[in-house]
Amino acid sequence: MKADATPGERLAGAVRTQLGALVGLPPCRWARTQLARRGLSGRTAVIAVPYLWLLLFFLVPFAIVLKISFSEAQIAMPPYQPLLQWAGDRLADIRLNVNPGNYLYLVEDSLYLRAFANSVQVAAISTLAALLIGYPLAYAIARSDTRWRGILLMLVILPFWTSFLLRVYAWIGILKNNGLLNNLLLWLGVIDRPIVMLQTDFATYLGIVYAYLPFMVMPLYANLEKMDLTLLEAAADLGCRPLRAFIGITLPLSLPGIVAGCMLVFIPAVGEYVIPALLGPADSLMIGKILWTEFFNNRDWPVASAVAIALLLLLVAPIVYFQRVQGRQAGERA
Amino acid sequence: MNSKTSLARLSFLLFGFAFLYIPIVSLVVYSFNESRLVTVWSGFSTEWYSRLFDNEQILEAAWLSLRIAAVNATGATILGTLAGLALARFGRFRGRTLLSGMSTAPLVMPEVITGLSLLLLFVATEQAFGWPAGRGVSTITIAHITLTLSYVTVIVQSRLASLDVSLEEAAMDLGARPASVFMRVTLPIISPALISGWLLAFTISLDDLVIASFVSGPGASTLPMVIFSKVRLGVSPDINALATIMVALVTLGVLIAGLVMLRRDRARQRDMQMALRSDAS
Repeated sequence: MKADATPGERLAGAVRTQLGALVGLPPCRWARTQLARRGLSGRTAVIAVPYLWLLLFFLVPFAIVLKISFSEAQIAMPPYQPLLQWAGDRLADIRLNVNPGNYLYLVEDSLYLRAFANSVQVAAISTLAALLIGYPLAYAIARSDTRWRGILLMLVILPFWTSFLLRVYAWIGILKNNGLLNNLLLWLGVIDRPIVMLQTDFATYLGIVYAYLPFMVMPLYANLEKMDLTLLEAAADLGCRPLRAFIGITLPLSLPGIVAGCMLVFIPAVGEYVIPALLGPADSLMIGKILWTEFFNNRDWPVASAVAIALLLLLVAPIVYFQRVQGRQAGERA
Repeated sequence: MNSKTSLARLSFLLFGFAFLYIPIVSLVVYSFNESRLVTVWSGFSTEWYSRLFDNEQILEAAWLSLRIAAVNATGATILGTLAGLALARFGRFRGRTLLSGMSTAPLVMPEVITGLSLLLLFVATEQAFGWPAGRGVSTITIAHITLTLSYVTVIVQSRLASLDVSLEEAAMDLGARPASVFMRVTLPIISPALISGWLLAFTISLDDLVIASFVSGPGASTLPMVIFSKVRLGVSPDINALATIMVALVTLGVLIAGLVMLRRDRARQRDMQMALRSDAS
């Protein structure tokens, strides 16, 4: 240990030594030999523990949602019928209660189709707006002096660390009829009576853009920051105007950042619940809100499950695409 | 860079940060307002803070949320580190694609789906095995670990991927067992990533409304659940006071973390310069 170590470093060192010693303790040694005897190395254990956790708490739940989406609702606890039912004593009496009715219901009742279409539309418009605000911001940060970049970036991330719920709540005070924005506009004389902004689609867009802006800025910044600036210099030397150089060089090169940022905003925005519930209209047709109402208010678990599966199917393509982009980037870094 | 483009850059920055910070500043300012109405500024007052600290329900929920967040962050950091280690260091193994998929999907999965699916799992296991007997703290913690371990995995994996393996290989060559290589070489190097992963998991858990609402049972209301039910009825200044306290704590935390990192960077640079100088002489 260094003599000039701070107390924090000394503590960290002590913890590490203790942890290191722990591995050598008899119970740990015993566990290791037991595992080794069964052909399981520490390596397998490292893989197995998170693997089992995710299988049990991430993958199996989806199977259950899928199962319940095919069962029939009943007034009981839990409020759905089992898929397999024993009608009599013999094995042949198993009744399979597969009920595609929940899905038919989703298609027949135009409410759900409209909700899906509306959610995609709201998410797409908000993503575009977030891109239009986030791109200039990320660009300006990436082209700032290196001394400032770290601080500016921290300022973008800082709101993300404060409560999401409270940041959405802040907009209620700004947008409501006698809120800050209306008062400002009245005072400036732009309007002569308050405009209704809260509980409109506009407020939903604004909330989504505001809450997810850091997710748009981060990948864009990461991309713009490592861009080769000599390309722009060469373009300028050849007489290219800055705007054309931006459209012809910077924009196409930043496409991976744009895609990653848009995915990070679009995918969660489609299923968003909190923002439409607090800022949107009372009859807001957002699919996340419909699922919530179906589950908590109507207590129709099978229909809620069918909505969840449909939403998942809708998002599977963008999610898989996003993961492949992520994987490729991780591969490049390695 | 000419003056026109730098003016444009400055205005981008000003607009972007105004958009990000005006709502937060307005929360803070009106937490000190005497009046219940956000409209009128009627004078400075700390009344809402004392009301907040008299509110048993909020204090209890905050304590519950902090406890869940701490247990969750610790569990998620352990599991996420294991997953990140496996994905970054173990090469190809059977089921790697599935593990990588399962550990990044929760990042973008809509919360309503994660919440619903976990609740249905808990209901099914309670029916089949009698566990968990009633939902509450433990089910919320499990759900949050599942959600946040992906964040830790991504952080640890990318930190390990950018790390030179030669140190670990040297330790192996010198005869260290894999477990002690991890404890004595890898862990100290990736500890900043673990700390940021822990903090991120803590914050996300403290902030989650949707998943907690699904998997919670009667009697276990977390802070976001209490805030949400209050906020749905409209603006209430004691929530502004709560928000101000949270903003202050987060800012303080980020500032301290920033300073610590800055000092470490400086110390490292000094060490490197010293090493270079002693090489030269």
